[in-house]
Amino acid sequence: MEDTLLEIKNLKTSFRIEGNYYNAVDGVDITIKKNEVFAIVGESGSGKSAMALSIPRLHNLNYTKIDGEVLFNGRNILSLTEKELNEVRGRGIAMIFQDPLSALNPLMKIGKQIEESLTYHTDLGKEAKKERAIELLTEVGMVNPELTYSQYPHELSGGMRQRAMIAIALSAKPELLIADEPTTALDVTIQAQILDLLRKLQKETKSSIIIITHDLGVVAEIADRVAVMYAGQVVETASVFELFKNPQHPYTRSLLNAMPTTTKDNTRLHAISGVVPPLQYMKRTGCRFSPRIPWVESSEHEENPTYHEISPGHIVLCSCYKNFKIDNSKKEAEVK
Amino acid sequence: MMSVLLEVKDLKVHFPIRGGILGRTVGHVKAVDGISFYIEKGQTIGLVGESGSGKSTTGKAIMGLAPITSGQILFEGEDITRQVRKNRSPYRKTVQMIFQDAYSSLNPRKRVNDIIAEPLRNFENLTPAEERKRVDELLAIVGMPAANAAKYPFEFSGGQRQRIGIARAIALKPKLIIADEPVSALDISIQAQVLNYMKDIQEELGLAYLFISHDLGVVKHMCEYLTIMHNSRFVETGTRKDIYESPKHIYTRRLISAIPDVDPLKREENFAKRNALVEEYDKNKTKYYSEEGKVYDLRNIESTHYVAIPEGYVSEQKLGGEQI
Repeated sequence: MEDTLLEIKNLKTSFRIEGNYYNAVDGVDITIKKNEVFAIVGESGSGKSAMALSIPRLHNLNYTKIDGEVLFNGRNILSLTEKELNEVRGRGIAMIFQDPLSALNPLMKIGKQIEESLTYHTDLGKEAKKERAIELLTEVGMVNPELTYSQYPHELSGGMRQRAMIAIALSAKPELLIADEPTTALDVTIQAQILDLLRKLQKETKSSIIIITHDLGVVAEIADRVAVMYAGQVVETASVFELFKNPQHPYTRSLLNAMPTTTKDNTRLHAISGVVPPLQYMKRTGCRFSPRIPWVESSEHEENPTYHEISPGHIVLCSCYKNFKIDNSKKEAEVK
Repeated sequence: MMSVLLEVKDLKVHFPIRGGILGRTVGHVKAVDGISFYIEKGQTIGLVGESGSGKSTTGKAIMGLAPITSGQILFEGEDITRQVRKNRSPYRKTVQMIFQDAYSSLNPRKRVNDIIAEPLRNFENLTPAEERKRVDELLAIVGMPAANAAKYPFEFSGGQRQRIGIARAIALKPKLIIADEPVSALDISIQAQVLNYMKDIQEELGLAYLFISHDLGVVKHMCEYLTIMHNSRFVETGTRKDIYESPKHIYTRRLISAIPDVDPLKREENFAKRNALVEEYDKNKTKYYSEEGKVYDLRNIESTHYVAIPEGYVSEQKLGGEQI
């Protein structure tokens, strides 16, 4: 396809725990188009961050195995050498993280950190680099870019640090920006600013963004398409409008019902029974969500869950979505 | 007002800034700068603010975990400002706290049984059998099997730890619980469990909560009355309806407009609204804050609705502009 930027095929990322490898990402297929914002949503332990880090191959390979294919513009990233990979990182794929303070160098001024990236990815001269750095700081909405240029990370507030991170990520004009929980540590007004900024920059540059989040509100604000992950698998993929209008998978629907949204009144929240199981004990056969919806008959699930296409582009795993009803009365289900 | 449980009058908490080689006080950080409110029996009051607004310090001051610079705390009509920092005062029994990070608030080397029984041992003389029975009851209230009493905190998930924290907090049958971001560190499904338990317990035991949070969605779900805190002071107080449907102060309006909407169809509209508000904020900031940037005193504008605005501002100009 012409407009495909990134194609992930049967990706399996496993971590070593006490000598054995366990899949944190267990066979994920995702296609990211050019010029779109793709959100991956799930709880902690769903494998969303493990998947995101596998794309630019940022895992420590001493403890991690990555299998499958990650085709970026048709090239399989997983088979590149470290040198070839560094060409792709930054210029092709850039990443921003939840905690900018630990991602930034504390001993280096913001401006120098942007220039460092420019040194690697462009052939600008000294003066031009400084100019470009200040330009980038202006683009990400710094009030006083000249001042920020010569400040250290600790002198900035959380939102400003995240803006500085975005400036560094954008310095090489990446085709794909992976944002791993970029607003989770921020206050709600700052979160709105950062999301608006990402959206605006994405529209201007026509690049793509993968945003990893646990917050369905963030998804609704920024995404074009969404994948919901549970226990290492994608359980539902749809356009953002379809997902919120017509959610299908029991997990997606449980999550939406558990949200104390600002529109609902103070009725009882739906509590999903149990927790996401730890890697070693994760159920690897059948519908992985079934232990958390114990009232659903086992005949509703498929033995080997397959993907069902409900409408074009709206895909759901396992057949249990068909007759699923949210059950709020099961208080004892919370006990365990 | 017969049923006022806790009343806070003009509370101030200032922390000294020490400087120079002699370590002299060179200034003060005004973490809480003159706030007043009250909580009735069985009521949940929400205290909302962004980081640095002073909301946690308020909670800590009421618990006696932060020094009170001036002001008064009245509990059931009695001035207990000097008592709050004393160990084993009866006040310590009736007001309890639950924390954001349940794991760090539970002693990792103690079993759940001992953790929950600790307040009982401090305040009540129970026989081991009575104590055991009480701990089992408490675990049952938060939906945990009694067998869990012999386990250590690390054996539990985040939501379960928070429930252990709640069980400990209600051990002495308190009348007020100060909940400082009790669900901020939890996943959404677990957050729902904990919030449901907090509501159930409130009904069963007739508890009052001071619910401190930055999450406007959670606060809306939990609290009938809430107050918005900014720059160490209250900017707006009212019922859920007052605050969410007709916010008046520019800061509240910005805060509400920043909540992500779960309807993706509305996002362009929300985006435009937010931008308009930021512009208005920059333009009109001086009207809502004094020259030193201080938030004005609260003024009553409707029966339950209070807003921090300068005197005479309401009559001069219609507040709030268009609806959010």
